[in-house]
Amino acid sequence: MSAAAGTPRETYLNAGFTLWSWLSSVDHKRIAILYAISITGFFFIGGAAATLIRLELLTPAGDLVSADTYNKLFTMHGVIMVWFFLIPSIPSTLGNFLVPLMIGARDLAFPRLNLASWYLYVLGGLFTVAALVAGGVDTGWTFYTPFSTMFSNTHVIAAAAGVFVVGFSSILTGLNFIVTIHKMRAPGLTWFRLPLFVWTMYATSIIFVLATPVLAMTLFLISIERFFGVGIFDPALGGDPLLFQHLFWFYSHPAVYVMILPAMGVASEIITCFARNRVFAYRSMAYAVLAIAIIGFLVWGHHMFVSGQSIYAGTVFSILSFLVAVPSAIKVFNWTATLYKGSISFDAPMLYALGFVGLFTIGGMTGLFLASLALDVHMHDTYFVIAHFHYIMVGGAVMAFLGGIHFWWPKITGRLYSDGWARFAAILIFFGFNLTFFPQFILGYLGMPRRYHEYPPEFQVLNVLSSAGASILAVGYLLPLCYLFWSLRRGAPAGPNPWHAKGLEWRTPSPPPTHNFASIPVVTEGPYAYATPEAAGD
Amino acid sequence: MTEAVITARQFDDAQQQRSASDLGIWVFLASEVLFFGALFAAYAFTRFRYPDAFAAASRLTDVALGSVNTGVLLTSSLTMALGVRAAKLGARRALIGWLAATAALGLVFLAIKGGEYYLDYTQHLVPGLNFQYAGPDSRQVELFFYLYFFTTGVHALHLIVGIGIVCTVAAMAWRGVFSPDYFTPVEVGGLYWHLVDIVWIFLYPLLYLVSRA
Amino acid sequence: MLNFPLFPERASALAARVDSVFFVWLALAGAVALSVAVLIVVFAIRFRRGSPADRNRESGPARRQKDRRMEIAWTLTPLAIFFTMFAWAASLYYDHAAPPGDAMEIYVVGKQWMWTLQHASGRREINELHVPLGRPVKLVMTSQDVIHDFSLPVFRIKQDVLPGRYTTLWFTADRQGDYHLFCSQYCGTDHSRMVGRVVVMAPAAFAEWLAGGSGSPTMAAQGAALFRQYGCSGCHGANASVRAPKLEGLFGRPVQLADGSSVIADERYIHDSVMLPAKEIVAGYAPIMPSFQGQIGEDELQDIIEYVKSLRAAAPGATR
Repeated sequence: MSAAAGTPRETYLNAGFTLWSWLSSVDHKRIAILYAISITGFFFIGGAAATLIRLELLTPAGDLVSADTYNKLFTMHGVIMVWFFLIPSIPSTLGNFLVPLMIGARDLAFPRLNLASWYLYVLGGLFTVAALVAGGVDTGWTFYTPFSTMFSNTHVIAAAAGVFVVGFSSILTGLNFIVTIHKMRAPGLTWFRLPLFVWTMYATSIIFVLATPVLAMTLFLISIERFFGVGIFDPALGGDPLLFQHLFWFYSHPAVYVMILPAMGVASEIITCFARNRVFAYRSMAYAVLAIAIIGFLVWGHHMFVSGQSIYAGTVFSILSFLVAVPSAIKVFNWTATLYKGSISFDAPMLYALGFVGLFTIGGMTGLFLASLALDVHMHDTYFVIAHFHYIMVGGAVMAFLGGIHFWWPKITGRLYSDGWARFAAILIFFGFNLTFFPQFILGYLGMPRRYHEYPPEFQVLNVLSSAGASILAVGYLLPLCYLFWSLRRGAPAGPNPWHAKGLEWRTPSPPPTHNFASIPVVTEGPYAYATPEAAGD
Repeated sequence: MTEAVITARQFDDAQQQRSASDLGIWVFLASEVLFFGALFAAYAFTRFRYPDAFAAASRLTDVALGSVNTGVLLTSSLTMALGVRAAKLGARRALIGWLAATAALGLVFLAIKGGEYYLDYTQHLVPGLNFQYAGPDSRQVELFFYLYFFTTGVHALHLIVGIGIVCTVAAMAWRGVFSPDYFTPVEVGGLYWHLVDIVWIFLYPLLYLVSRA
Repeated sequence: MLNFPLFPERASALAARVDSVFFVWLALAGAVALSVAVLIVVFAIRFRRGSPADRNRESGPARRQKDRRMEIAWTLTPLAIFFTMFAWAASLYYDHAAPPGDAMEIYVVGKQWMWTLQHASGRREINELHVPLGRPVKLVMTSQDVIHDFSLPVFRIKQDVLPGRYTTLWFTADRQGDYHLFCSQYCGTDHSRMVGRVVVMAPAAFAEWLAGGSGSPTMAAQGAALFRQYGCSGCHGANASVRAPKLEGLFGRPVQLADGSSVIADERYIHDSVMLPAKEIVAGYAPIMPSFQGQIGEDELQDIIEYVKSLRAAAPGATR
């Protein structure tokens, strides 16, 4: 669909060029861009902290930064990456942009609330950056009491306030998605015709709405306790520091499903498109998404097997943790089966998606090691845990996020990027990632604890390998920044559907007009209705 | 005579808009239930450990004032519900009246609560400020009062927001925004008010009636 | 420099059993990851765009039934494997939950940023734990400040230590040597310096080591002195004017509480009775015992507990 000569077509990008038109926009697509810019900024701040951490860990001695500085670095790395990058990444950028398009709506249900969510995110970010600039926080992203309430000498309340505020950003985003998906689907778009990405946005939103308030209250409790010097986590009063851990993990475990479910949604969209095949067992995939979200609320105690929690509670949490792995396994097998008798091409998004499946499988399986009671006793709070969650969050979620960015970039920007550079970056990231984090499994079983500024000399070689991998990973992450931005200026114009994908979002121009659709489409078939590969032009 | 309802551009029609607002407020209330739920869990856990201390501490609360406040808030839910009904019937003056009554009762609640806080202060029952208690289990009694001030404080914050919402809705009613076809903000505000009331219904026995059978 | 370990040493039977679980998981996870990877690669090659592979897909109820069967298979098989592994790891965990009755007790206090350990004989150590070969050792642990974690990778065990609470850890070392001791719960500035070693010695060498040191009295003897120093004997002693529960023969036996429940008088009970006396009132006694929180240090309280334990053997009716 080419524009008439000399008259630029109205898109959401050129509907107003001033900064204020962006900062006051209630268009979900513009808000998605606002989020994308913010989370990228935070990603590089968190990445800078990671760089310093891996540099320090090149040698066994604590010779690059002081112990206190190191403790502040890993705390800020965790706080920023978890709350200001990973959790909002796919939902607030890709979700915001795509959910209305995928369901044939003109916007989310509450566009002004959407903008408010972004401002809350920014406000929370400011508090956290203020804490950083004022000297940092050293409690770890987990804020365990009584260290955080009664012993730390850093800006705990400022950081907690930042996370508290950004939590409300999540809650309101979740609320918006739930209402939108329930009430604003196009005619003919029944629940079981929805793309799996929308299912994952829905499940993620349920977790946002139900889990985040518990975190908010818990952060409020530790802030008041710290400020007044008295509280329910203080053992001297008869309070219980373990109560904090229960409340904290009740949110923070579902939070990790917030990080992975959207990634799974992206993977389903990409794999079906580039294999030109329906997803294998669509309903199972949808039910699996819901099962992961629900069971994910019941497993938090697996973070506390050696905390002093009763062994009976430990048993229940262990069983449930095994149970939650089953729907994830089903999804991995179904993605693999989706490739069968497909017609597969290896564009950059597909490389990211396939990398996601492999790395998520490894990460997920190592979770089972950790769910095993006697084994977890040895591996708890070691580098094995760090490797496990980075495989899922970075090898999984971040790769899927990058895959999604690459898949929908033409739709969002109307431009194509260099596929050669994109594939190179994907492969570089895959190798850099594995070199960074695989040695950490070994370090963990050897017993190297987490959050260690110095370590015994026999752990050095593995640490050096890990840091070497991190340097490759850093280059890999910088590359997309370069060629994607380059494409904004010099990229070839993308048509409405350069990948010949199914899905309503591909039925509008690239970039879409502000109102999304000239007329709301009527849906008559299920998702991923890819014709047989022999059909021409598909 | 009814005016056409203004439908926001993202919605197909007024009915979809209304349906979305309905679901939206219920989802929000669900998040509030989890928000207070964490507090109730912390309370339940601490009380389970120190039942005697909590019983003794509860006797130090002012059950008379607490009970009056409960009546005030329940009445305010009634006035709010009557306001919603007035909106449904298009009775603008009645609506404004009921909303004003609701806000006023909310303010009465806050005034009484403030009075209670002052009395607690004079009796040296404020943890972190001037807590002194001569009886046994003084530390656990302090824990009770920590939870008492925390939970009623968070509740009061929500009540203040609620009064703000009620006043805003009343101002909208004054400007003639509502009709029997469109009074969604009244309903949404009403649901929020009822939630704040229900939270108090749970707080009242847990804080005031622990040992008073 | 290139001679670095890839797998930890082991020095207990439990460690060997934990390693077995690990290796089986490694095999299973490796097999699954490899299968998935191989399938992806095979499908990617065989069904790459433009390849001549046969892509005729059957459809219809027969195909759907085959697909359902496959799905059920790859749902139930992981489920079965998971529950088997769960049961195995859980049983190992339960087996090791309770220390044997004849375990040698050593008291541990974690504080920012060091470990102090006391043997019952009185010998104290800092950041080092000397133990004899072949004898079960039970650590009774607490923290003076924040949560720490006493971690002994060579035995594949660790346990958080909490302020205001006792937690226990036990092991039986079956190999002599020096092994790592780590703090494994982030606790502030010098968390990574809160390390040390566990030294497993032959029984004779251990006995000799135990007898050495600065010749301090046994923990129980020190506890007896503290018992008098802090005025405990004023109420709990034989000729006390205040009515307080007698401590002779108390340790290890059930105690009836005022609220009707009963609790075993273990280390935790003694600790809480001293620090949080309001928590559990003995039936028939007034709640008048003051708290010693902030007065008695955790190390001293451990001495007092050893003293109370030593009263276990006292005959009923004996006077002091």
